[in-house]
Amino acid sequence: MTVCKKVVLRFDSKIVEKPIIYSLIKDYGLITNILKAEINPHKEGYLVMEVTGENQQYAEGVEYLNSIGVSIDALDEKVTWIEEKCMQCGLCTGLCPTHALKMNRPSMNVTFEGEKCIVCEICVKSCPAKAVELHF
Amino acid sequence: MALIKTYEEINEKIKKGKAVVVTAEEIIDIAKEEGIKKTTEKVDVVTTGTFGPMCSSGAFFNFGHSKPKMKMQKVWLNGVPAYAGIAAVDAYIGVTELPEDDPCNKVHPGSFNYGGGHVIEDLVSGKPVKLEATAYGTDCYPRKKLETTITIDDLNYALLFNPRNSYQNYNVGINTTNKTIYTYMGVLRPNMSNANYSSAGQLSPLMNDPYYRTIGIGTKIFLGGGIGYVAWHGTQHSPLEERTEKGVPTGGAGTLALMGDLKQMVPEFLRGVSLIGYGASLAVGVGIPIPILSEEILEYTLVKDEDIFAPVVDYGTAYPNGEPGNLGLVSYAQLKTGKIEVQGKEVRTGSLSSYPKARQIAQTLKDWIMNGKFLLTQPVQNLPSVEDDIRIKPLVIK
Repeated sequence: MTVCKKVVLRFDSKIVEKPIIYSLIKDYGLITNILKAEINPHKEGYLVMEVTGENQQYAEGVEYLNSIGVSIDALDEKVTWIEEKCMQCGLCTGLCPTHALKMNRPSMNVTFEGEKCIVCEICVKSCPAKAVELHF
Repeated sequence: MALIKTYEEINEKIKKGKAVVVTAEEIIDIAKEEGIKKTTEKVDVVTTGTFGPMCSSGAFFNFGHSKPKMKMQKVWLNGVPAYAGIAAVDAYIGVTELPEDDPCNKVHPGSFNYGGGHVIEDLVSGKPVKLEATAYGTDCYPRKKLETTITIDDLNYALLFNPRNSYQNYNVGINTTNKTIYTYMGVLRPNMSNANYSSAGQLSPLMNDPYYRTIGIGTKIFLGGGIGYVAWHGTQHSPLEERTEKGVPTGGAGTLALMGDLKQMVPEFLRGVSLIGYGASLAVGVGIPIPILSEEILEYTLVKDEDIFAPVVDYGTAYPNGEPGNLGLVSYAQLKTGKIEVQGKEVRTGSLSSYPKARQIAQTLKDWIMNGKFLLTQPVQNLPSVEDDIRIKPLVIK
């Protein structure tokens, strides 16, 4: 059986320079799609990705990550679009990388599909009406 | 211009509930089916609408006198300074004003969560607002300090007065540099990754009366969900911009100064907005009725998104440096598809102006007129148009 999960990896400065994702792909045969990655000034890493693979491979991959000190959690940050606050301008729809926030034509109404969202937060920052919020 | 109807005749029909009123979207198909002559005779009023951030907006207040009295010298509403250099307890708050302790862009890009526009939205929503004032004290006005809470009902007078609203047309913002920029046209990503526009296009008031033949001083309008009036032409009103054959300007051009009693407005059409890295503002809803007095006036209202072109302007280099020129013109029909082509590259578009809200405003104004609640006013004076030599000058630093 295949699993497909959005996960958050956090790693400390000691392992941040190791090619961890390469190992996940090569040694565990997992398909990875990196959605967001950041290394802070303390050299601690943060990475959001979608992982697809067979159940067994996925379990072994997680075990490998834990063994080298990488924490792995399900992506539980969530973007909430508050329809009542939305002015329906559509400014976010020109920025949203996955078209989760979309302008419907010809009505020009804005809608949000949560499943497509990768929590990049560009909408949270750019919405003039503060109609998009981030929840943990 | 051969007039076939007068304001008086249209108002008589409105009072009897017999006026034919359609929106600037609806008129396009009606005229296509029935022809210019028949449509001019049949339709009495075309309603327009627009809703978007309009930074040159604000409100005049009279707070009433405290006991003992005070000549308010400095005034703050929810921490946002209001201009008090007028009579003792009057003040004007501008929508882009920020609290004195706002970090602004010290950590770039600033978020500008609260400003004058939000104060106006809070007042219109009926929320309590903190009023603080200081003064030097005089014999007739001895009080030097005051702190209290007010709501819009406590104010003797609250006048929304917007020196520049309803820009006839506007730039499309784009960024050719290799870094993200934060502008009043929104977030513009590097290497022309996105472009933002701000107009209701075919629904926008001044697009439907491009030479200001019916919209003038004294025109009664929909403003912020209530009734307002055109007070004057707006700041930076510039009728001599280049125009297409049909008279539609291909740049900013006309603007309006608008006013109306804030107490009858609603927060749905006056929304405080925050533009990351730029500042705070107020999104204002404006709707203007156009009386169909002649075939010529009707023909102007038939303008379609494909007839309206806006210049694509580089906010990364040319615009901030005050250099003229643009990267080409695009139509609102193209902009509204969600992508345009700029110098051979496909670019995603976003809008600062809300088309659904513009449509709602035009529809609401149509309903008001059809229900006999809203009569048209004839301007007491026309706005400067292409016959007048009005130009805006750059500031020369001496």
